[in-house]
Amino acid sequence: MSIDLKTIKHISKLSRISVDEKKAEKLAGDLNSIFDFIEKLNELKTDNVEPLTSVAETTLKLRSDEVKSKNLRDQVIKNSPKENEDYFVVPKVIE
Amino acid sequence: MSDITKQSLSELVENIKSKKLSSSEVTKAFVERSEKSKELNAYITEDYANALNKAKKFDEKPDLDLKLPGIPMAVKDLFCTRDLRTTAGSKILNNFVPTYESTVTQNIWNEGAILMGKLNCDEFAMGSSNETSFFGNVQNPIDKNLVPGGSSGGSSSAVAAQLTPITIGTDTGGSIRQPASFTGTVGLKPTYGSCSRYGIVAFASSLDQAGPMAQNVKDCALLHEVISTYDEKDSTSIDFKRNEYSKELTKDIKGKKIGIPKEYRVDGMPKEIEDLWKKGIEYAKDCGAEIIDISLPHTNYALPTYYIVAPAEASSNLARYDGVKYGFRAEGENLIEMYEKTRSEGFGAEVQRRIMIGTYVLSSGYYDAYYLKAQKVRKLIKNDFDEAYKKVDAILTPSTPSSAFKIGEKTNDPVSMYLNDIFTVPVNLAGLPGISIPAGQDAKGYPLGLQIIGKAFDEQNILNIAYAMEDKINFKNNINDWWIK
Repeated sequence: MSIDLKTIKHISKLSRISVDEKKAEKLAGDLNSIFDFIEKLNELKTDNVEPLTSVAETTLKLRSDEVKSKNLRDQVIKNSPKENEDYFVVPKVIE
Repeated sequence: MSDITKQSLSELVENIKSKKLSSSEVTKAFVERSEKSKELNAYITEDYANALNKAKKFDEKPDLDLKLPGIPMAVKDLFCTRDLRTTAGSKILNNFVPTYESTVTQNIWNEGAILMGKLNCDEFAMGSSNETSFFGNVQNPIDKNLVPGGSSGGSSSAVAAQLTPITIGTDTGGSIRQPASFTGTVGLKPTYGSCSRYGIVAFASSLDQAGPMAQNVKDCALLHEVISTYDEKDSTSIDFKRNEYSKELTKDIKGKKIGIPKEYRVDGMPKEIEDLWKKGIEYAKDCGAEIIDISLPHTNYALPTYYIVAPAEASSNLARYDGVKYGFRAEGENLIEMYEKTRSEGFGAEVQRRIMIGTYVLSSGYYDAYYLKAQKVRKLIKNDFDEAYKKVDAILTPSTPSSAFKIGEKTNDPVSMYLNDIFTVPVNLAGLPGISIPAGQDAKGYPLGLQIIGKAFDEQNILNIAYAMEDKINFKNNINDWWIK
């Protein structure tokens, strides 16, 4: 199996990470060597094996739906890269 | 007392309780030593002034019944600390100040400990050498230009250099045990579900666990006792009866059955590691343990499995870093371009690589071939351990396939870097507890560690075995303070 530049560009779109030509080539090389290593799993027959989704063999607990945290709006907003008193700010979405 | 920083956690607790030392004296000593040790680059954020104030307050009204009375401590910068910057070693969280506290750190402060600062780590805990941190690499106090291991590299360096009496790290594939092994310190990765993940910056949620790192096994047991609690804020936290690990610690391990897995004798393993393992077996026998050969047949498939499962979970967990609500933002013409530029400039190369791997294995058409396949092999790996534990109480292996390597030595070859975790990764995949203890040195004088793997929730047993073996090994770390001018 080989991951080409077209695939890298597709994954970069899905990942929302922009890549230029140079970075794409480097990533293709890295990913190919990592996937060569991962291909080892194909040696194993796993048709009748149940997938393991969680090692914690518990069922999720229920709890009452109560508000426990304080109103931290101002502190939360303060972490925003573009500060505004009341909202998070993003580039214009609707023309 | 000039030798305060040489004391173990247990000694410091004892001296504060008997009023031979005040919290202020102890805190001042560790702050001063940390300040003289900037060259190690172990800290990302220092909080010394606040620490000294808190120590003063503690001394005015000391509560000496607490388990960590007035003990200063720095923690890995992956734990959210209320009102103190938490970066996860990443540019994308460079200015992030949490509005809440992680459960594990809250447990520590509840027992009287005092935060000194946040310790360096690989970006989002993705790395085995602390070289992926946005805040630069960390020096190993053992030798200049030697990596301290990773991802909890700032933590291992700080404990070994005695900048903090004890610390906490996180371990997704070996990130506590490997750095402990590289620095001659003790590190415990607890059973999955035993320490809360609430407030820890998430990497791979089905594998991440917090755990203690210390100078010795007893200190490690004491800190584990403090951090291991059931927490309803973490849906995978498990409500089981926890021991008072430090009180119940015993060197009596007579008749304990310890397994030696033949598959851990990997190709190209240096003779020094093989010899260390043999020595470890002798130590265990000297302690009265019974040695039994076992097989963990799918060991060789653990790393490929891990490099599907962990990046897949990471790609999903790290989707939240979009430059909108917190952290770094790069401007773009439109929303999508802003996302793409923010993530391209905000994440480092290793994190981007893993997000891309994860996105690929989860993408349409590849999910079954990779992700589902890996989950099935993960089951086989867990079955291996379940089978082995029918015959033995614990398993003894080397912690790492080599001693610490030079800074820059493996950065250009991701696969060779990944191979560092060959002995630690299976433990995370199976959700088991594992502890690394220093057990000897190689020809260069660099520390080597042995790993003891336990049954789920059997931390007490592996702590006991480690405690008994530590006594026989009588390891002395060779650190000459080269970085202090």
